[in-house]
This record gives sequence, C-alpha cells and structure tokens, in this order.
Amino acid sequence: MKSIKKVLLLGSGALKIGEAGEFDYSGSQALKALREEGIETILINPNIATVQTSEGVADHIYFLPVTPYFVERVIQREQPDGIMLAFGGQTALNCGVELYRSGVLEKYNLQVLGTPVQAIMDTEDRELFVDKLNEINVKTISSEACENVEQARKAADRLGYPVILRAAYALGGLGSGFCDNEEELNRLAEKAFSFSPQVLVEKSLKGWKEVEYEVVRDRFDNCITVCNMENFDPLGIHTGESIVIAPSQTLTNAEYHKLRELSIRIVRHVGIVGECNVQYAFDPQSEDYRVIEVNARLSRSSALASKATGYPLAFVAAKLGLGYGLFDLKNSVTKTTSAFFEPALDYVVCKIPRWDLGKFRGVDRELGSSMKSVGEVMAIGRTFEEVIQKGLRMIGQGMHGFVDNKEIKIDNVDAALREPTDKRIFVIEKAFAAGYTIDQVHELTKIDRWFLQKLYRIHQTDRELHACTSINVLDNALLRKAKVQGFTDFQIARAVGMENEMDIEKAIMAVRARRKQLGIVPCVKQIDTLAAEYPAQTNYLYLTYSGVAHDIHFENDKRSVVVLGSGAYRIGSSVEFDWCGVQALATIRKEGYRSVMINYNPETVSTDYDMCDRLYFDELTFERVMDILDLECPYGVIVSTGGQIPNNLAMRLDAEHVNLLGTQAKYIDNAEDREKFSAMLNRIGVDQPEWSALTSMDDIQEFIGRVGFPVLVRPSYVLSGAAMNVCSNQDELERFLKLAANVSKKHPVVVSRFLQHAKEVEMDAVAKDGEIIAYAISEHIEFAGVHSGDATIQFPPQKLYVETARRIKKISKQIAKELHISGPFNIQYLARENDIKVIECNLRASRSFPFVSKVLKINLIELATRIMLGLPVEKPAKSLFDLDYVGIKASQFSFNRLQKADPVLGVDMASTGEVGCLGDDSRTALLKAMLSVGHRIPRKNILLSTGNGKQKAEMLAASAMLRDHGYKLFATPGTSRYLTENGIENTLVHWPSEAPQQPQAIDMLHNHEIDLVVNVPKNLSTGELTNGYKIRRAAIDLNVPLITNARLASAFIYAFCTVKPEELEIRSWQEF
Amino acid sequence: MRNVTLILDDGTKFHGQSFGYEAPVAGEVVFNTAMMGYPESLTDPSYAGQLMALTYPLVGNYGVPPFTVGEDGLATFMESDRIYASAIIVSDYSEQYSHWNAVESLADWLKREKVPGITGIDTRELTKVLREHGVMMGKIVFDDEPDNVPEAQYAGVNYVARVSCREVVRYNEGKGLKKVVLVDCGVKNNIIRCLLKRGVEVIRVPWNYDFNDMEFDGLFLANGPGDPDTCVEAVQNIRKFLENERVRPCMGICMGNQLLSKAAGASIYKLKYGHRSHNQPVRMVGTNRCFVTSQNHGYAVDSRTLPADWEPYFVNMNDGSNEGVRHKSRPWFSAQFHPEACSGPVDTEFLFDEFVKLL
Repeated sequence: MKSIKKVLLLGSGALKIGEAGEFDYSGSQALKALREEGIETILINPNIATVQTSEGVADHIYFLPVTPYFVERVIQREQPDGIMLAFGGQTALNCGVELYRSGVLEKYNLQVLGTPVQAIMDTEDRELFVDKLNEINVKTISSEACENVEQARKAADRLGYPVILRAAYALGGLGSGFCDNEEELNRLAEKAFSFSPQVLVEKSLKGWKEVEYEVVRDRFDNCITVCNMENFDPLGIHTGESIVIAPSQTLTNAEYHKLRELSIRIVRHVGIVGECNVQYAFDPQSEDYRVIEVNARLSRSSALASKATGYPLAFVAAKLGLGYGLFDLKNSVTKTTSAFFEPALDYVVCKIPRWDLGKFRGVDRELGSSMKSVGEVMAIGRTFEEVIQKGLRMIGQGMHGFVDNKEIKIDNVDAALREPTDKRIFVIEKAFAAGYTIDQVHELTKIDRWFLQKLYRIHQTDRELHACTSINVLDNALLRKAKVQGFTDFQIARAVGMENEMDIEKAIMAVRARRKQLGIVPCVKQIDTLAAEYPAQTNYLYLTYSGVAHDIHFENDKRSVVVLGSGAYRIGSSVEFDWCGVQALATIRKEGYRSVMINYNPETVSTDYDMCDRLYFDELTFERVMDILDLECPYGVIVSTGGQIPNNLAMRLDAEHVNLLGTQAKYIDNAEDREKFSAMLNRIGVDQPEWSALTSMDDIQEFIGRVGFPVLVRPSYVLSGAAMNVCSNQDELERFLKLAANVSKKHPVVVSRFLQHAKEVEMDAVAKDGEIIAYAISEHIEFAGVHSGDATIQFPPQKLYVETARRIKKISKQIAKELHISGPFNIQYLARENDIKVIECNLRASRSFPFVSKVLKINLIELATRIMLGLPVEKPAKSLFDLDYVGIKASQFSFNRLQKADPVLGVDMASTGEVGCLGDDSRTALLKAMLSVGHRIPRKNILLSTGNGKQKAEMLAASAMLRDHGYKLFATPGTSRYLTENGIENTLVHWPSEAPQQPQAIDMLHNHEIDLVVNVPKNLSTGELTNGYKIRRAAIDLNVPLITNARLASAFIYAFCTVKPEELEIRSWQEF
Repeated sequence: MRNVTLILDDGTKFHGQSFGYEAPVAGEVVFNTAMMGYPESLTDPSYAGQLMALTYPLVGNYGVPPFTVGEDGLATFMESDRIYASAIIVSDYSEQYSHWNAVESLADWLKREKVPGITGIDTRELTKVLREHGVMMGKIVFDDEPDNVPEAQYAGVNYVARVSCREVVRYNEGKGLKKVVLVDCGVKNNIIRCLLKRGVEVIRVPWNYDFNDMEFDGLFLANGPGDPDTCVEAVQNIRKFLENERVRPCMGICMGNQLLSKAAGASIYKLKYGHRSHNQPVRMVGTNRCFVTSQNHGYAVDSRTLPADWEPYFVNMNDGSNEGVRHKSRPWFSAQFHPEACSGPVDTEFLFDEFVKLL
C-alpha cells in the first residue's frame, strides 16, 4: 500500500430513522485509529451535535452535506490520499459509490481505504449479489429485480404471495414492505420506485428465525466473526425494529458454526477489508437458511456488536483499512492478547428498539420490514429474564419491566399478537395473564418457544410475588429469584401490594432496606471479551444479581465523579446529550478526578469504555443509580448533562443525601414545578404566557373565556396521540380533549395562552453561584408554534432587536440569580416587538448546547463542568456579538419512514435529528443546512399551497422571487387566486377533493413533475384526511422535498434564489 | 432442586442447586468459555475426570439431540457414546428447551447417564479463582448430606486407558481405500467422521496397541484426556513408527500433538489453567495466516525442547504457547487445537485434507 498521510472520512449527516447515533460512534472510533497513526484527518459531516465533529477528533471538520458535489469540492481543496466510506452509514456509502462511478476518486488519485467500491456494489446490487453468492454455493432468498410496477406484479405472481418488496440502494429498508395480494403490491411498488430505480420482489419467509453475524477480514484473508445475534422477533420485522439477543440463544453448535462458516466464505469471496454484517433467515425446523443481505460497512448491528462484546469493530476496521493485519493489533480490553480472536461472552445482552410513534398523528403502528424506531437500548445481564426486564425499563416509555406495568388496553389479544406493533411484548404478558399457553402465543407470534418460556417464568414469579401479602413475609429465596430475574424494588413493592398501604416511593425504600438486610445486592461484573480467561485492563461494567463477587475493587477515596447519561435516543433527546456527557467526562478526567459514566445506549460515544475511567452500562433508574453510588462513593454526581432522565432523578437522589454537583436539587425543582416557577417569575416581575392547571371542562371554558383562542393544551394523562396540541376554536378543543385526553381531578390539563406571530428566542448559558459566566442567544426562523427541537435556529441572532437581546439577557441574569444556578441552563423566550415572555427554564444542558458551543467556539459544557467541580473559571473574552459568521441549525425529519403520519410541524417535536452549518451570512448557512437535511434546489416546478391569509402574505415576496428566477409555479385554488390577484402568474392545480377536475396536484406529484412542495397548513391543529394531508403525504411518499412553514419556505427560497451553489463557502470549521 | 456446594481444594465454596443426577462427585475443576456445544463437550472423552464449568451462563436452551447412530456406526450428534465429563457446572440452567431436533432436556440426559449437574453458580467468579490459582481439584457436595464427601485424583492417573477402545474397530473396511491407523486415546467421533468423509479406511486401535506390524498408509493420533506422561506405551509405539525406514504420513490432534512431540523427544508441561474454548487464536509459524480454533487441553508441548529436525507449526497468539509441531522434512505434523471442531469453529479442517493428500 502506498503511504497514507491524509485521509477523508465521510460522516452520515443528521440522525434519521435507520441511520442514527451509531455512526457517530463508528466515525469517532475510526478517527481515533487514524490519529493514533499520525494521519491527518478530514471529516465531512453536517451533524454539529456529534462527538466526531468536536475539537481534537478530526484535524479538519467540514459542516457540509455529504453529497457528491460538496465532497468533491472538499477533495479538490484538501487533496487527501485516502478516503473511508464505511463509517458514515448508507449516506457515506452511496456518496462514495457515486464518486467512484463518476470518476472523481480516480481523478484525484484517491485511494479507497478498506473494502473496495466494487465489492460494495456487489453487495448493494441485488442481482450482482445473488450471482456472487451463487458462485460459492451460498443460498439467497429467491428474488427478482424489477424496473417497473408491471414487472413487479409478474414476479410476484411467479413467486406466489406473500412477497416482500425491497428498494435497492436504500437504507434501513426504506420503501420496503410485505404484500399479501396484488392490490398491496401495486401501492407499495409505486412508492418503492420513487426511492430507487430498482425494486426487488422476493418470496417471504415470514416466521423464520433471523440471525446476524459481524465479520472482520484483513487484507491477508484472515477472518473472524466477532459476534452473532439472534432476533427475538422472527423474520418479517426489520432487524432495526426487532428485539435482538446476543449471542444467539436457540442455535446449536452445528447451526451456529454452519452460519459462521458461510459468513466467512461470503466475506472472503466478496473481498471485504474491514467489517461486514451478514444477515440470515434460518428455518426453525431444519438447518436450512437463506442469506438476506450483506452490509459491506459498519452498521447499527456492528455498533451493537461492539458494545455487546467489547470488541471495537470500527477502530479495528479503520486499522485494517490502512493495511494492518489482525495479527498486528492487540485486544483493546486485555491489552496483552491478540485482536485476532472471537469474543467469548459470559453474559447475555438484549437490544430493544425505542419507538416514538405516539408523537405522530395518524402513523401506522404496525411493525414490518421498514424501520420506524428512533433509538435503542442495550441491557446486559446473566439471565435472559434479567436483560429483558432491564431493557423494557430502559426504553423509557413508562414500563417497569415485563410485568407490573400500568394496564394497557387491547381489544383483540389474538390480533395484537399476530400483527406486531411497538407494544407486542406487553401483549404477550397480557395473554399469559389471560391464560394463554406458550404454544398458543407461539402459534400467533412465531416467536421461538424458548423466549416465551423465559417470559413465562417472569410471569410465574410475578404470580408468586402477588401471592405474598407483605414484604416482611416475603421468602428470602423468592426475593432473590425475583432479583435474579430482573425485578426492581418497584415491581416487587407493587406485586406484594404495598402501594395500597403507603406511598410508592416509601414502599420502594422498604423493599430496598429489606433485601439489603438479607444481603441481596447486585454484583459489578466486567465485560472483558474473554470470559475471565485473561484479566481485563478496562472498566466496562454492568450489574447483575447472578453473582457472588465484584470484579473490581472500590477505592472509597471520593475522587470519582459520576455523570448520568441520557439513555435511549428518542425524539427530543439524542446525540446532543451524548456530546454533553462526553465533554463532561473529558473535563472531569482532565481535572484529575476519575470519571464514571452510567448509560445504556449502544449508539453512543459516551458508552465507549475508553471515554471514561469506569463505564457502568446499566439502567438510569433511581434504584440502579443508588446501587452504583452505594459502591462507588463518588465525590459527586452530575445530573445536568444528560437531558431530562437524570434531571428527573435529582430530587430523589438529593433526598438520599447524594452530593449533586452544580445547581441544588431544590432549585431544579423550582424550575421544573410549574407552580413554583410561576410564583418565582411573578415575584421577580418577569412575564410569562398566562396558564392554568384545570380539572374540569367548565374551568377550561372559563379560562379560555378570559385569554381567548388559540390555546396550548397539555394533558397530564395522554390517552392516544400527541401529548400537546394547539386549539384554535371550540370545536378543536372539544375534539382534542375527547380524543386525546382525560380531564379529571387526578389528571389536570394545563392550558396556556398561545401567542401567535411571536418570535422564539433561546438562551443557553452557564452560571456560577447565580452569576452568568457565558451565554448564547439564538433565534428561531419559524414563529412560535413550532417546537424548538423542530425549528430552524440561527446563531448569533440576525433579526432580533438589540433591545430584545438586552432584555433577555437581563431576565436571564435575574433567573440565574434567583435559582442560584451553578452549571448549564436554558431558557426559552417568546418575543413580540420588545415584549418578552418566559416559556420555560431548564437547569440543565439543552439540545442546542453543542450547536452554540461549536459556533461560538467556546465549550460551554467544559466551562459548566469546571464550575460544578468547584474550580475557578474566567468569563470568556469573546461573545456572540464578535462572530463574523452565522450558524444555522436545521432539523431532519423521518416522515418517509412513518407511514401515514402527517408530516406537519407543531408544538410537539417530530424531528429525529439536526445539522448545523456555518456561512458568511445566513443565506449560505441556511442553504448548506437545508441541503444537508435532504432538501434539493428545485429545478423548475414548485407547488404552492400557502395556508391562511396572513401566511399567504408572508409568502408573497418569495413567490415573486421564484417567478423572477424562472421557476414555474403551480398553486391550489386559494393560493392560485391570491397569487393571480397579486400579479404573479401561476398554474391552477386542484385539490384531491375536487377530482375529477384537472390538473390534479396529486397526479403531478406521481408523475414526478414537481421539484418542491410548499404546503402550509391553514391552522395550527391538524385534521385527519384533509386535502393538505394528502398532498403532504404524497410528497413524502414520492420523495419530493416538502416545507410546511411559510417563514422557513421564504428564507429557503430567498437563499437559493440569491446564492448559487458554487458561491457556498467550502471552509472548515477551524477556518471560520 | 436440592442445594449443593462446590468446594475447591483451596477451600473456596460456591453454593448452587442440583439439576442433574443427584450424587456427590469430585474431579479436576476446569472452565470452558465456549458459548454453545454442551452435548459435544459433555461427550468429548477428553473431559473424563473433570468437572466442567461453563462461563457462558445460559445452558440447556436447545435441549439434547437424539442418540441416533449413522451409517458409519458413529453417534450422529454426539462425540462419543456417552457423557465423559464427571459433572457440569453452570450459572443459569434453562429448565425448558426449544429445538426441532431435541428429544430430552439436559437435566433428563444427565440423570439418565448418572452425571451431576449444578446451576446457580457464579461461573465467572469460579473462573477467576481458577485463573489466579490454576486448575484445582473440587467436589460437589449435597448440603443435606454433608458427610457424603467424594474423593478423586486427577494428576498421574492414566485417563486415556479408561476411555480408549478395548479392541480394534474398522471403518470403511474392504473398499480398497488408503488405510489410516487411528490411535484412540479418547477420540472424538468427528475426527473419525472427518477422515471417513475424505475416503479413507480408518483402523481404530486402543491407545497402547502396537500398530507397527499392521498394514497401513498413515497414522493418526487422536485427542484424549489427562496427563500425556502417563501414556508411555503409546509414545513408544509412535517412536517406533517414526524410526521405521518406511516413512508414512502422520497427523496428531491435541493429546496426539503431545504424544508425537514426546516421541520426537520434546517434553510436556502443565498449563496453569489450560485452553478450553472456541476462540483460541493460532498463527501458522512464519506466515500471516491465522485461525480461530477450538481447544480443550491442560498440557502443552514445550517448543524449546523440540529436537533440531522438528519445528513449531502453530503458535498461540495470546500466550505464545505451542499449538502444533511438524517435522522439517518428513510428512509428520500435529495440532494442539481441534481441526475437527465439534464443538467450535471449522476454520482448520483443511489440515485433514493435507493429511489425506500425503497418503
């Protein structure tokens, strides 16, 4: 190999369903491996919240779209010798293949490090792939590649229904699905062809087991399989949607090694250099198998396998890409043994996906071959019962494990078992309770009996606990059995009926005291890759009740600081909190303390065992955190860098006299508790939107009578659908409250006045003893009403009155002082003219901390951590007013994965990720950001439906600009009329309800005649199957860019009309 | 389930429950880090006299396959005709099982073959004790029969003599194929299967049988339990073979590697805690070729004592110990690991091809 001095690595961009935090982890590891070799690194990734785009990870970081155009421009500028395509998911891989095909890689003499592009293409193109595997007698699922719907229909007839459709070159099963009949096929095929020119029709093997292997190969042809994994859910559910167990549990030695040998044969034949994932369908009644697919890159599964085994796949893959052999590398856990080995686990891990389907209106909840989950958790333990119960708690949807949850309502248990949804595992428990046998559940779900037997054991133990009347008579052996099976103190307290006698928190403490007295406490075990055969040099830890001794020794010297992580990625809490956690850990280490992390998200960098001195890969429940703190006896605990989960623990930890670093728990409570916070604002004379917590319809009417519509309604008990809604009139209010909420004394509804046409402004800051040390004020492009997590944010603010900024600063100072803040905090403001209102205040780092830190080039978390450690800090010399560039944060939506969901923005957050781009002015920054989240500069035709009168007026200037720049405008009736009245020529197109009048907007979308859809809903609440919904949904399903907010649309149009792509600055972060 | 205690020679105790045959037992306590393959391991004669602790906690999941016999006269799914390990020690025995090919549970099988099995043991902690101290003798005692304490000895006992066949057995006989004498020190069925699959006649002889006068084309030295220094007669026979002026190919596995090395003049030592797993990395000496191997041995060849015309063939990439030897000019080689796998990875099965090619 030629000597490599400078390497370009492609990231995966914004987090989206199917491509999430795992690639921050993969990329960070690869960059670490390159750095260790003294290689200069260039990273292209617009995802500003990631760890990999932090100082010191790569030498040159470009916050630019990972598309061939921008990548080529960076290559031209930087002239690297090598490029790595395997660490940025499907985005990077597709981009790399395009650059190879168009000759760019050759033109710049750029060597692809790792798996050659031809091998990637062999695995991505279904026909090439099948041919390739046929050459070595490996069976694939018989499928036919089709180029149009007619061909697909014929193929399905030949294969026989049910069939599965897959779009080639699409990540995470986008555009894929099952079809039981021709009608379903027609519908799905059209959608699939909009994502890919090639669609595969294949025979469905529903009910087979699904098993995966992670394989590593070096250029000397040495191969290892690092991990295998078995899906709990049988074939038919995308592996990203499935509960996954590692290692496999139901395969015999012969089966395991048959598939292992096939994996190695495939990987050798394809010519992988680095890491690769092979997925199998496996017959539950014989040793028959089919290869489903091969991913010639790091994947979600490889990130999971890395965490499950302790084998750093991405790090090793990067080294192999540079030409090393596996025999050259050491096992990074033992540091003495070879990296050429296959980890032996002495524990079991369970991955459970985290869905947020409740956030989307109208979304199809059934799980299938396309991915919908937004995050995942991994539980480690020494029994299956323990890991499944841990995992079900970790997903953070209010469940306490497999049993003792709040009742879920299921009308038809059989149907709910047969047709999997995000709730199916809880339906299994319901079925057991209703007397279903394991065989019956197996028949309905096809889940292997072994898993069901284990779940049944949990159910049985729960029955035994229920038979006990008091904790005091609870048998020692039963209590221990329950703990070994992963029951929490909460579940035990509930099962023995203690809730009826006392406050549940008291009950939990009573169970805790009782079992401690009986010596029933968990053990800390190490993940060491070799099942204790060799000593481990790292502290990658978990807790279990199946053990008699700890693997580590506790110092008890009060020199460690525990950081609580952020848990599963979900809508509203994702990679940004991982960044915050990692920065806190780094600062703690730098200041001479031992850093300790507790977190359980396998997609994160914070759960990489070399980021801290001790990693507890375990639950963030009060019980487990206390278990760890009891052993660790740290100097203190940081709860303010991991989002809401640790924040919510503050009060209870404080009650147990845990030393919380930073702002005191009572002040956190003062900010979290609506009543207390409100009282404080009144006391210091700060305004807020009027609100009230109401318990009856009459009270609600009375309140609205006073403040008027629209109002923001937040139920405390959600029946279905989104948790928050804006209601503009009586009709909407009644419908929402009837459908979605239950108003009662026990479940009050918070109603607040909703300010229209107000700006939303964010204050991210760090304070010490109530005095602000550093701050960042940023401004939303959209008006209030779009959740701050979905809004497009510019920093520094570009269109804010100086006076507004000054007032916000002043109010923030008052609040910081009043709450004695020490550490990070965030306040959200509404501003109309110079009238300022506080919406909310969080005494923790917010979602925008990495964005503002990186734009400002001041690491606010490092500063906050130093303050929390009690170290002296100085106010930074520069402020946001000194910046001569602009940062824009734009949101990534994943509506294309969420069938039937209305892709409209509201007060509840819907985005799955974000990007942040820099520019000399807001136009270039916005354009880069919008292109990074999947928008395209339209070629010719734009479809406009611009909402109500005020919104139409807002869009007028932009519409004129489009016309002036030669765009052809199509508009629905109201908009068309308005544009014509204002002298803007346009073509009238009809709403779906106006059929058969022609031309139909929907037809134009189906014919791919529209390049951009601007569809602004008329009001803030969303109806069901309206015209607007149909157009928006068609745009998403047919992969046409869609904007639903007038202000964002205007800003985007202004940007692309006045800036040409070649005028966009290609400059690294460091150069701004 | 009755409560039991595992007592190690250094006094360390582990408490658990019995799920197998209910009788106290003693033996050498060893750990195995393989994550599957308990039917194969239990029937591997090399585990004779040992209490086998599995570090992978969940055991019994897929039950036990039937004891059917194939056309070759060998058990279809097992490595011999019975369980050889003295006991199995696990963390979380799965009382129920699920597999299309299973006919009984692990517990039922253990009871049928009168082999104790215990669960609820922290086998990770047990492994750490063995790692620090080295393998030890241990006893499983039933808590309700504290005086019923078994005794056993491992070191110096010739386990090979206990597990080897008693008379000559021929496979693929009379088909005019090349003849391979297989010295049965406790051979696993899959070694025989691997040879038969490659079209040779196998003449299986007892461990101490002098095969030198027989008519054969190649010699195969099988695996087996215990201390190779107790197999004096086998070593003598092999030495005679090596000294024969008619040079014929020879391959050895595990105990076979040790016996061949001893016959060549090298010496053997006992490893602190042996290699028992599916993930032992070995490198073919002088090449960049590496293999993941299945292993089960407590003794190793001291490479430094190999005579000048012999050389190490494979080396363990973790601890540098010998993983095979070969003669510099003659067709004699052996592997310390198990190329026949069963259980474990099949990466090195090509060694059988090389042996058969030499015949």
